[in-house]
Amino acid sequence: MNENHYDVIVIGAGPAGLTAGIYLARGKMKTLILNEGTVGGQMVLTHEIANYPGIEKISGFQLSRTMRNQATAFGAVIKSNIKISKLSLNGEIKSVEINNKETFTAGVVIFATGGKSRNLSIPGEDEFKGKGISYCATCDGDFFQDKNIIVVGGGNSALEEAVSLTKYAKSVTIVHQFDHFQAFDHAIEEAKNNPKISMMMESKLAEFIGTEKLEKVKIQNQSSNEIVEKPIDGVFILIGYEPNTEKLKGIIALNARNEIVTNDKMETNISGVYAAGDSTAKQFRQITTAVADGTIAALSAIEYLNAQKIKDAA
Amino acid sequence: MLQTNLTHLTSEEKFNQTLKENENVMVCCGRMGPMCIPVYEAMEELEPTYKNVKFADMEFDSPTGNLIRSLPETKNFNGLPFTVYFKNGKVVKATSSIQSMDQITNILDSNFTK
Ligand SMILES: Cc1cc2nc3c(=O)[nH]c(=O)nc-3n(C[C@H](O)[C@H](O)[C@H](O)COP(=O)(O)OP(=O)(O)OC[C@H]3O[C@@H](n4cnc5c(N)ncnc54)[C@H](O)[C@@H]3O)c2cc1C
Repeated sequence: MNENHYDVIVIGAGPAGLTAGIYLARGKMKTLILNEGTVGGQMVLTHEIANYPGIEKISGFQLSRTMRNQATAFGAVIKSNIKISKLSLNGEIKSVEINNKETFTAGVVIFATGGKSRNLSIPGEDEFKGKGISYCATCDGDFFQDKNIIVVGGGNSALEEAVSLTKYAKSVTIVHQFDHFQAFDHAIEEAKNNPKISMMMESKLAEFIGTEKLEKVKIQNQSSNEIVEKPIDGVFILIGYEPNTEKLKGIIALNARNEIVTNDKMETNISGVYAAGDSTAKQFRQITTAVADGTIAALSAIEYLNAQKIKDAA
Repeated sequence: MLQTNLTHLTSEEKFNQTLKENENVMVCCGRMGPMCIPVYEAMEELEPTYKNVKFADMEFDSPTGNLIRSLPETKNFNGLPFTVYFKNGKVVKATSSIQSMDQITNILDSNFTK
């Protein structure tokens, strides 16, 4: 077989993909892991992980490095910062083209593409990224000492980060599109009781304005449609995550939220194609659930390939 | 020291020497944080291909970090990391916050001839 043929290609190198890689490579499967972004996925966004059993506290970066080292030590090949340019999943041999030039084939493909933070996609967002607009309160909070800032979002992370940003900021305005928050009661209470925090409900940011850096925003009220301009030093956008499945639309079965539909073996609707982690339809999205999915997908894939071998030999 | 495989610019002397000895230099000044790690990883992966560029990092909170923090080109920045591209010791481009592999290669290709 040619050197670009693998037993399994895993797409995505977050905890789900890396775990699948560990199990597959340890199970003597020739394994290729292809990753569009940074190895570790959303784990890298986490400063401290304190709920991964067996490890009291670890940074997301360190846990990623360890999982990556485990996967490569067992023989998995990882290619990161690549772009998937073509997918062909039907038939016994699947093929994946990267960067419009190199093609890899395999008997099984596992999608572990996770999720990404949502952008607002409004005018000025790209221009003022890092010049007033941030997606990471822990990273950039200290640039806003005694400044007036906005946190956009109404979930747990938006409310928790709004509270933590009050350590630095003079004032924090939470701008949320609905008339209620989608967060735990304690997180809502804590934000409401913080004297530095005010709230603009049923409101959406419409535009970022500035010259060399962000100076003001346009905010639109959702019920009256009235637009106000608010001078501001910084905006933190914390509006949740969406599954990385754009490339799979029309290729494998997705639900209404664009999450990959799987059965209890993490099989998709296509034979020999599995999925694991945050990109799949499920209720709880954690590292523990991602590694569990990755394990199940890998073991199911091994079972599938062994069954194929018996079938081909018969 | 940052946990990367890049050249670490840990002193003013090393920074100046690096700029003097290399025509094209990319310096990523940050912490081991979520917005910085993807940039370091992209740099590590580009290093073997872009032999004409010196890839280096610098700790944002160290005294040396001030060499990047105090540049006029980074004065409006408030998102980590601060990434600065030097040609013959002069700043040709600076970016704030996370950048994708594509954004980085575009800057390298348009500012540094191979
Ligand atoms: C800020 C933050 C803090 C968190 N804290 C915790 C915590 O403390 N404890 C906990 O258990 N969980 C935490 N989580 C959740 C946890 O990180 C996720 O549930 C977990 O990382 C999901 O793993 P995954 O492998 O499914 O996906 P991801 O981690 O999202 O990884 C997916 C990978 O696939 C890549 N990819 C995407 N599309 C493609 C494509 N088309 N081709 C190739 N590669 C692709 C991505 O670049 C990424 O590397 C946190 C999440 C965030 C955002």
